[in-house]
Amino acid sequence: MTFLAQVELIKPPEIEYSAIAPVLIVLGAACVSVLFEAFLPKHQRWAAQVVLTMLTFIGAGTALGLYAGAETTTAQGITTLSGAVAVDRPVIFLWVTLLLLGFGSILLIADRSVEPGGAFVADAAVRPGTVQDRAQATRTGMQTEVFPLTLFALAGMMVFVAANDLLTMFIALEVLSLPLYLMCGLARRRRLLSQEAAVKYFLLGAFASAFFLYGLALLYGYAGSVKLADIATATAGSDKSDTLLFAGFGLLVVGLLFKASVGPFHAWTPDVYQGAPTPITAFMAACTKVAAFGGILRVLTVAFERTNWEWRGVLWGVAVASMVIGAVLGLTQTDVKRMVAYSSVAHAGFLLIGSISLTEQGLSGTLFYLLAYGFTTIAVFGVISLVRNADGEATHLSQWAGLAKRSPVLAGVFTFLLLALAGIPLTSGFVGKFVVFAAAIQDGLAPLVVVALVASAVAAFFYLRVIVLMYFSEPAPDGPTVTVPGAFTTIAITVGAAVTLVLGVWPSFALDWAGAGGFIF
Amino acid sequence: MLQPYLPLVFMFLLAGAFALFSVTAAPYIGPRRYNRAKLDAYECGIEPSPAPIVGGGRMPVAYYLTAMLFILFDIEMVFLYPFAVSADKLGLFGLVEIALFVATVGFAYAYVWRRGGLDWN
Repeated sequence: MTFLAQVELIKPPEIEYSAIAPVLIVLGAACVSVLFEAFLPKHQRWAAQVVLTMLTFIGAGTALGLYAGAETTTAQGITTLSGAVAVDRPVIFLWVTLLLLGFGSILLIADRSVEPGGAFVADAAVRPGTVQDRAQATRTGMQTEVFPLTLFALAGMMVFVAANDLLTMFIALEVLSLPLYLMCGLARRRRLLSQEAAVKYFLLGAFASAFFLYGLALLYGYAGSVKLADIATATAGSDKSDTLLFAGFGLLVVGLLFKASVGPFHAWTPDVYQGAPTPITAFMAACTKVAAFGGILRVLTVAFERTNWEWRGVLWGVAVASMVIGAVLGLTQTDVKRMVAYSSVAHAGFLLIGSISLTEQGLSGTLFYLLAYGFTTIAVFGVISLVRNADGEATHLSQWAGLAKRSPVLAGVFTFLLLALAGIPLTSGFVGKFVVFAAAIQDGLAPLVVVALVASAVAAFFYLRVIVLMYFSEPAPDGPTVTVPGAFTTIAITVGAAVTLVLGVWPSFALDWAGAGGFIF
Repeated sequence: MLQPYLPLVFMFLLAGAFALFSVTAAPYIGPRRYNRAKLDAYECGIEPSPAPIVGGGRMPVAYYLTAMLFILFDIEMVFLYPFAVSADKLGLFGLVEIALFVATVGFAYAYVWRRGGLDWN
């Protein structure tokens, strides 16, 4: 007892529960959701999960609204949990964005009218092509585990953008990645393609995580701390090894750029976007992008701003590579999901331009771009899930010929969304590009903006090609039909398209909000 | 500065030397008794399925579920031991945290149990 009498109590970290309540609600709901999966009978699961998930989004949104609106948080933000998590203005913006986009994705995921029984297979462990698999294809059950998995991934993304030290960031990266790997393999149709996508994403994602971890270790060797603020302090002195710093930075950034599907680290993107069930592709394309760029922005701004002369040239090149790869390879695609995947690679290049112009305008521009791009993307994949034939989604571009004659409304909405992706005025895509490029020019990145404009013009060609195909080609006699969507998908597409329009016409509200403040560390 | 790590270097050298010694010495001093089990694939003493006759049998997939569950609880233990040692120092906060941790692992366990992950067949 003498020994125990001497020890002092270890002080628990200060926790600002009201600030992290949104994350806790989502994580807690994910656990409850797992229990639903365990104890509810099969036929009740879908309804229970949908209700629970909707309540989660309402709860998390309310908690976030209460915190952001409270008098005490008029300051720029706080750090909590011994500085492991920061809740500042950009984080609140990103959390709202993630919750909104996550809600849109959940609507697509929960839809069971477009594909009878939902886009997910009932029993993913059954081997494709076997007798059991053929029997399963006729049933309308669905793997309701996607709901807890989505919630876990979303909570991981929310922690990822708020993480103020690299270790928290790594844990969050895994929490958001592991459910995504699984969800990619759950498609009801084309199951081999889906499983291939899941395996590819998992293997490459594991490699990227290893890169991140290796970079983290080297940076810890450099700064003696994993905290972003301490790394920033360490870069101010000149007595430490630059080799450790830049090797660490390079490896870390590779891990981050992979998740954001930027430039030469994009190889998984087309395969995974094509193979994954379309609602999951929407979730990945919108929310993972937001989370990854949220993390990139924080790491670059907080930890490495002082050394930007050394690394900016490298990321400059990465941004150019990303835009060129996205725009040029997008031209050669014949599958609409792959085309959107390459478009997302090009967009990742544009977003990287905003991220490396380390100014207030760069930050607010990138945040706005993420919000705008996310909504457009969710609506795009919502529309893609509606064009179907007997084999499921008809994603080959030739099957989209003359679609405007079959369904003028759908073709009109899709045209509007493609124009937004191309960045035509009166869409949010234009405003997003404008603010990001303006910030880049102010910060001396004018040559990069020229490349970006050329890339935008090239990319606009393949968007316009789809529009021309839909309006000016004769529909094939055995072409796909346009499914009348149920309420969930209709809401997701309508809201996505409406936000794309609203942010294009009246962007000032969102722009002010995105520019409300900088990172706290 | 690197002095404290010197024993670690010796440890590595020792480990390498031991491995090298075992591999080179075994063919000379070890007895050789071949039988079927020796040529089979080995996985923690689980018997592979009988066909093909030698060397190519498969492991039952249920085994991997068991293995994964084992790892789950193994990792839980890894966290529980340090907690148990310093439970006094951590006070009530630590107790609540570890209870939450055990509960979350319990949720996963409940899921496996309800979905038949514990049935061997």
